[in-house]
Amino acid sequence: MLPIVIVGTGLAGYNLVKELRKTDTSSQVIMLTQDDGRQYSKPMLSTGFSKGKDDTGLAMADAAAMAEQLNMEVRTHCRVESIDTSARVVHTSLGEIAYGKLVLALGAAPVLPPIAGKEHLQVINDLQDYARFHAAVQGKQKILILGAGLVGTEYAHDLASAGYQVTLVAPDQHLLSRLMPAPAGDAIAAALQTLGVSLHLGQAVTAVAKAGKGFAATLQDGSELQADVVLSAVGLKPRTELAMAAGIECGRAIKVNRLLQTNVQDVYALGDCAEVDGLNLLYVLPLMTCARTLAKTLAGTPSQVSYGVMPVMVKTPTLANVVCPVAADMQGEWQIEQSGSDIKARFIDINGQLQGYALTGACTAEKMALNGQMPPLLA
Amino acid sequence: MANEFRKWQCIVCGWIYDEATGAPEEGIAPGTLWGDVPADWVCPDCGVGKDDFEMIEI
Repeated sequence: MLPIVIVGTGLAGYNLVKELRKTDTSSQVIMLTQDDGRQYSKPMLSTGFSKGKDDTGLAMADAAAMAEQLNMEVRTHCRVESIDTSARVVHTSLGEIAYGKLVLALGAAPVLPPIAGKEHLQVINDLQDYARFHAAVQGKQKILILGAGLVGTEYAHDLASAGYQVTLVAPDQHLLSRLMPAPAGDAIAAALQTLGVSLHLGQAVTAVAKAGKGFAATLQDGSELQADVVLSAVGLKPRTELAMAAGIECGRAIKVNRLLQTNVQDVYALGDCAEVDGLNLLYVLPLMTCARTLAKTLAGTPSQVSYGVMPVMVKTPTLANVVCPVAADMQGEWQIEQSGSDIKARFIDINGQLQGYALTGACTAEKMALNGQMPPLLA
Repeated sequence: MANEFRKWQCIVCGWIYDEATGAPEEGIAPGTLWGDVPADWVCPDCGVGKDDFEMIEI
């Protein structure tokens, strides 16, 4: 029997094997990673500074320990160059590997804004990025963050909690604008401000240049901000290049059906790089659902993914929150009840059906009740 | 009493269960010990079961 080959040792890859081993202890598994294969929790990266952790503190196990624990092989510093789906072989920087089943768990790559000086921007998308950023901010004070989405907001909170002077700039009119309506985003913005975060919304950075030992960022209105380190968190793009070059069908991400199969036999995808029945959700709850489901399929019981309600929590401990994002093309309107920083926002469609919500502060207690009124994402 | 409460952290996503505050938004009352949280309970942030939590020191 040819092995199950998994490309990528992030949350998707490692959790898939963890789930697989609960029922299938014998199938040969080979994991390939272009980094050192240390296991860590990606959601915890944006909580590391307030806990005083460097990359070593966030790493839970090295590749050798994972290989031992899950009875498999992990090939580190191994870059996959191409996939030959007819010969059922992956070509890597460490040679050819034949597969029986191939799983793509490639993740998503950070997008940089197309501005002058973008080479000065740091990103944090994996443990190695975190290590680089952590080293860059040692002994520094001022951090400029580009982007007001989940990642930018969480790092702003975490770094400010750890004592850094944080400035956040984004063209959005309010924080987390793709996840929640203005009053909820504003409540979280106010929580960040109590930690000393300075917000410049409705403004894009147009250029970043070296200035002294740090950097100067120019804003749209011509004003300038000084920073020791600039962190970009403007977006993520699912990694599709490898699949596309192999003739695997891709949309925004690698297209898979509810068995997580691509259009090519015995090639599967999950996690941030996958578009499951049209849904590319870059969150841990759907990822874990897919890991559990694909593990069953690989163990010999073909299983279809279904998604229930998929709430997301933005890690801003100063103000608890939970949000169920509304589909981009959904018609309807927000109905908002507010008392100070406690906000209950419900998105009601034209048929009166709840299609999303955002809750902050004490209103998070209503999460379960609202989940019960939400339609499943993928029934 | 209060110092007998412990905290548990999900090793997949970092979500923290604090026995003192419980998780009212998940229907778990303040003061519920981890052992008394239902066995079929899953992490609200990532959906893993109780087996994948580990205790963290306070």
